[in-house]
Amino acid sequence: MSGVFSPARAKIKERTLRTDKWWLQPLITFAVLFSFIIYATFRAFENANYFVEPLISPFYSPCLSQACIAGSTIAGFTPVSAHIANFALSPALIILIFPLGFRMTCYYYRKAYYRAFWLSPPACAVAEPHEKYTGETRAPLILQNAHRWFFYAGLVFNVFLTYDAIISFKNAEGQWGHMSVGSLVLLVSSSLLWFYSLSCHTCRHTVGGRLKHFSKHPVRYKLWTWVSILNHKHQQFAWYSLAAVAFADIYVRQVASGAWTNFYFF
Amino acid sequence: MARNIKLRIWRGDSTDGALKDVVVEANEGEVVLDVIHRVQATQMGDLAVRWNCKAGKCGSCSMEINGKPRLACMTQVASFGEEETITVTPLRAFPVIKDLVTDVSFNYKKAMEIPAYEHPKDLAPGEARMEQIDVERSQEFRKCIECFLCQDVCHVVRDHEENKKSFAGPRFFIRIAELDMHPLDTLKNRKKTAQEEHGLGMCNITKCCTEVCPEHIRITDNAIIPMKERVVDIKYDPARWLGSKIRRREGL
Repeated sequence: MSGVFSPARAKIKERTLRTDKWWLQPLITFAVLFSFIIYATFRAFENANYFVEPLISPFYSPCLSQACIAGSTIAGFTPVSAHIANFALSPALIILIFPLGFRMTCYYYRKAYYRAFWLSPPACAVAEPHEKYTGETRAPLILQNAHRWFFYAGLVFNVFLTYDAIISFKNAEGQWGHMSVGSLVLLVSSSLLWFYSLSCHTCRHTVGGRLKHFSKHPVRYKLWTWVSILNHKHQQFAWYSLAAVAFADIYVRQVASGAWTNFYFF
Repeated sequence: MARNIKLRIWRGDSTDGALKDVVVEANEGEVVLDVIHRVQATQMGDLAVRWNCKAGKCGSCSMEINGKPRLACMTQVASFGEEETITVTPLRAFPVIKDLVTDVSFNYKKAMEIPAYEHPKDLAPGEARMEQIDVERSQEFRKCIECFLCQDVCHVVRDHEENKKSFAGPRFFIRIAELDMHPLDTLKNRKKTAQEEHGLGMCNITKCCTEVCPEHIRITDNAIIPMKERVVDIKYDPARWLGSKIRRREGL
């Protein structure tokens, strides 16, 4: 017998004596993340309806292969051969490795899925069901330490997605100065991704957190204080950006398939 | 206005024990520690409970109230429903001594394992100067009252007794962070030992320590995660590792 049932501890047979709805939060987290995983997997394999002039789904951007739908590439830049993209079944399956890796190793999401999926623990002061626990000291969880590399990759992706949002201020004929619901959707999605990335704990560490002397690095200290303010809301940005990216993909898919019309404000 | 409340108190020792039901009077504005004292005075004269300041500053009256690690002196009776039974047990991560009193010596052993601040050899006592912005950073960690609620709620030791030998716990991660962020501390390898000797890598960031801290120290965000990132700098980031070898400095 281990944990709260160890011999020297108070003999209490319940795994927890909490009387509140401690199970609700992990349940909601599980439901939302699981739904997202199912949807993202379906969309990654669908390999269609991800581009309609001038909108591209964030799941398929940047599309850097000749296998991509015509017009969806960035100025015809296609360094990834069609063979690689076809071998991977869909460009999204290559692209999504990076944002998925960023979110999987994110300090906030770790809390969320360790609780909701692995029940380690399901909630505070609720005994977990596992006999043994080694945390993030062994493979595969030691790979959580690669978070900063995914953070750097995420910044590059944000640049591409911001470019997509800017491009969406064209009309279907390629003329600038127009704005549609799609432009708004991509703009909100890319902005929230920037907030999510810049509020990241690794970002906070990189800009100034690793310093021993704040006073000797006033600029980095200032940056650290700004990122710290954003960092307070990292959890919210994590969820908002996830929802915004999913909705952006749904929107582009619906417009590309002809189910919805992309309404132009001007 | 006084009212009667239902209380379930765990009574026993390391060999056996059980929850005992009592009804006790509670006055307006009273905290759980007040009603426990009333039970002790009127119904259970031998009830063991550890307490001291009754102001949330000594960290003595840590216990679990309706399953949550809390300070009894800071938990208002009025925060529970009129018909709700308040269940009070000892901390469940530590060996019980009697009733609501546990043996928290695990924490003192861990405290002794953390190397102390090391002053620069070329700086005489009294000559040390620090800028306010450098002081502020670790000031948050100095608020710790050592109630050990964070240690109690941490599932690494709460749910796995065998991890106690290799895991210092959140209270001591903030101590390590405070020292590692100290501009004048000259002890090297704090990051390495945090990972390899004090079990920082076992923490999986579930933030329960932060949730229960009565001083609202952002243990996970401001101490544990920054320390994890510092460990990545020296152990899992080849670029940073190479840079530190070339420039021969651990911190900036």
